[in-house]
Amino acid sequence: MAVRKPPITTREYWAPGHAACAGCGCATALRLATKAFSEAMEEKYGDPNAFAIAQATGCMEVVSAVFPYTAWKAPWVHVAFENAAAAASGVEAAWKKLGRKGKILAIGGDGGTADIGMQALSGMLERWHNVVYLMYDNEAYMNTGIQRSSSTPYGAWTTTSPPGKYSIGEDKPKKWVALIAAAHQVPYVATASIGNPFDFVKKMKKAAKVDGPAFVQVQCTCPTGWKSPLEKGVEIARLAIETGVWPLFEIENGDIWNIKIQAPGGGAKVKREGGRVVAIEFKKPIEEYLKLQGRFKHLFKQPEAIDVMREQIKAMWRTIGVEVTLPKPEE
Amino acid sequence: MPIRKVMKANEAAAWAAKLAKPKVIAAFPITPSTLVPEKISEFVADGELDAEFIKVESEHSAISACVGASAAGVRTFTATASQGLALMHEILFIAAGMRLPIVIAVGNRSLSAPINIWNDWQDTISERDTGWLQFYAENNQEALDLILIAYKVAENEKVLLPAMVGFDAFILTHTVEPVEIPDQELVDEFLGEYEPKYAYLDPARPITQGTLAFPAHYMEARYTVWEANENARKVIDEAFAEFEKKFGRKYQKIEEYRTEDAEIIFVTMGSLAGTVKEYVDHLREQGIKVGAAKMTVYRPFPIEEVRALAKKAKVLALLEKNVTFSVGGALFQDFSRALINESEKPKIVDFILGLGGRDVTFKDLDEALAIAQKALNGEAVDEVNWIGLRKEIL
Repeated sequence: MAVRKPPITTREYWAPGHAACAGCGCATALRLATKAFSEAMEEKYGDPNAFAIAQATGCMEVVSAVFPYTAWKAPWVHVAFENAAAAASGVEAAWKKLGRKGKILAIGGDGGTADIGMQALSGMLERWHNVVYLMYDNEAYMNTGIQRSSSTPYGAWTTTSPPGKYSIGEDKPKKWVALIAAAHQVPYVATASIGNPFDFVKKMKKAAKVDGPAFVQVQCTCPTGWKSPLEKGVEIARLAIETGVWPLFEIENGDIWNIKIQAPGGGAKVKREGGRVVAIEFKKPIEEYLKLQGRFKHLFKQPEAIDVMREQIKAMWRTIGVEVTLPKPEE
Repeated sequence: MPIRKVMKANEAAAWAAKLAKPKVIAAFPITPSTLVPEKISEFVADGELDAEFIKVESEHSAISACVGASAAGVRTFTATASQGLALMHEILFIAAGMRLPIVIAVGNRSLSAPINIWNDWQDTISERDTGWLQFYAENNQEALDLILIAYKVAENEKVLLPAMVGFDAFILTHTVEPVEIPDQELVDEFLGEYEPKYAYLDPARPITQGTLAFPAHYMEARYTVWEANENARKVIDEAFAEFEKKFGRKYQKIEEYRTEDAEIIFVTMGSLAGTVKEYVDHLREQGIKVGAAKMTVYRPFPIEEVRALAKKAKVLALLEKNVTFSVGGALFQDFSRALINESEKPKIVDFILGLGGRDVTFKDLDEALAIAQKALNGEAVDEVNWIGLRKEIL
């Protein structure tokens, strides 16, 4: 009897027994990322295990490495919050001297990457280390109890951006680290989402196979911090893509003028010029994404705030060369 | 045959690194130790040192890259000073806690504010509780030798702790002296190839390093750092003995100078020891019974050696280029701890001097001597004395 090949390896590096919350989207991201890495290493070096991980302090670190247990079936090191990229640089240099074939995977959350770890990330990318930096973006400091980071989107409730009489919640637009990484003109930069796992796996494999530094920013849902239903993580992440909140793109060989924007799905109409996406008419209003999350609940009492959000999303798309139309929900 | 070259302590440190053959060096330039990475980059550029040299964007990343490389199982090296060492601070704890035998050369320099690039020991003294071993060099030869010895001790299985070697900013870092460069072959014999027993990031034997520990385990982990520091006492003696046998230069945790029949012993570290030895000669000519003692090893603190030293004098005069606010100098605390339960103990008088690169002259030492002599005669003196302070500008 024929056995169907699984779409991705059954090998596990992020093993059962970690202590992440139920419904954790980031745990899904790490599991998929390491599987993708393994496949890439197998294809490139003939050794599925030819990688090591350097990880920043954060929720995925504390839930996976509680002494005397570990959820990691790959060589793994954690040093501190802001230095996953620097530690990975050291590991990569050591591997080079040891003549060890393979690639280093650095992992950090949005706090450890977009904020405190930004300098180390920039240094690592600029020095051209053979490292893939994976930023798992759950859009706030979840490890310390849901405080805003510079990757928290406009309008979101967090414990340090509470809505109130004089506050709409987070009042700054999201910082897009992928674009900052791209400015380093490295071989590969991409955004991804657990809402499109096959695309994420494909991008992680691509990142792992390039020679030199790569950066992948994956949006992953956090039911605790987003106040969202445990079972709806992937659905919410998919809605982020389909409503225009989360763009999926790739930038290869440092060519920021040749950004590859992916069609979002969800009935969106994509206009291309010479193969390049220049405009997207989204069909689903961002409210469909927002309404499933308690962190945006307060915005529905102030719809003008959601309009501000729409303008910010348009501005972000314009930055990457795409004019978007974002519908309002039908009255 | 060993060769002799005239060089600065910074170059001596770079030569030590070259001889120790680290596989990964990560460094960020800072005055006064910039010449260390510069010289190392020349060695690497000329193929004289086969290492990966990571030109990091900060000292924080320098030490982080060293931790990553050391966790991957290779010998590592970096150099820094002052604010740079302070920027490494949190990772210094981590390197010790993870038991990674990294070696740092430090050009001992003051800390801001006000910004000041000259010598005192406040930078390394401020890191005395990180778990790192600490050595202080009197001259450029010692800077070279102590770095080799630091590797030997740090990598010992009973120790496995990182180590820093301090040499005074400008007084040594930028001053040329003849330095003997030992034979590579002998250094290779002395140090051997670094083979990590526990630390590696090997896909064939995956392990998890740098974990989270709950209250049930954290204290025990910290105790192992304590224990390793205790073990280092003996290992340092063994390393000193082996070094002397191989290279002919003798080191001791506390080196004594003319302490026989001394009533007052000046205790100090680093390059100041040279000045003090000369001062002691000068006083001995006048028939004044004084001696000197130099702390070559500061962490682990040589408690037994301090007790032995204390038996030889009526007054211990500590000359310190650092301040522990509201207490005195760090040595004052440490000496007090070593002697508090001794039945017979000398008086300890503390002197803070030479901060921020102010020269320590015989005139300053005369001032300290006068106070120490008062203490010797049973007169009341302040426990902590700032020497050479320009009160008129306060």
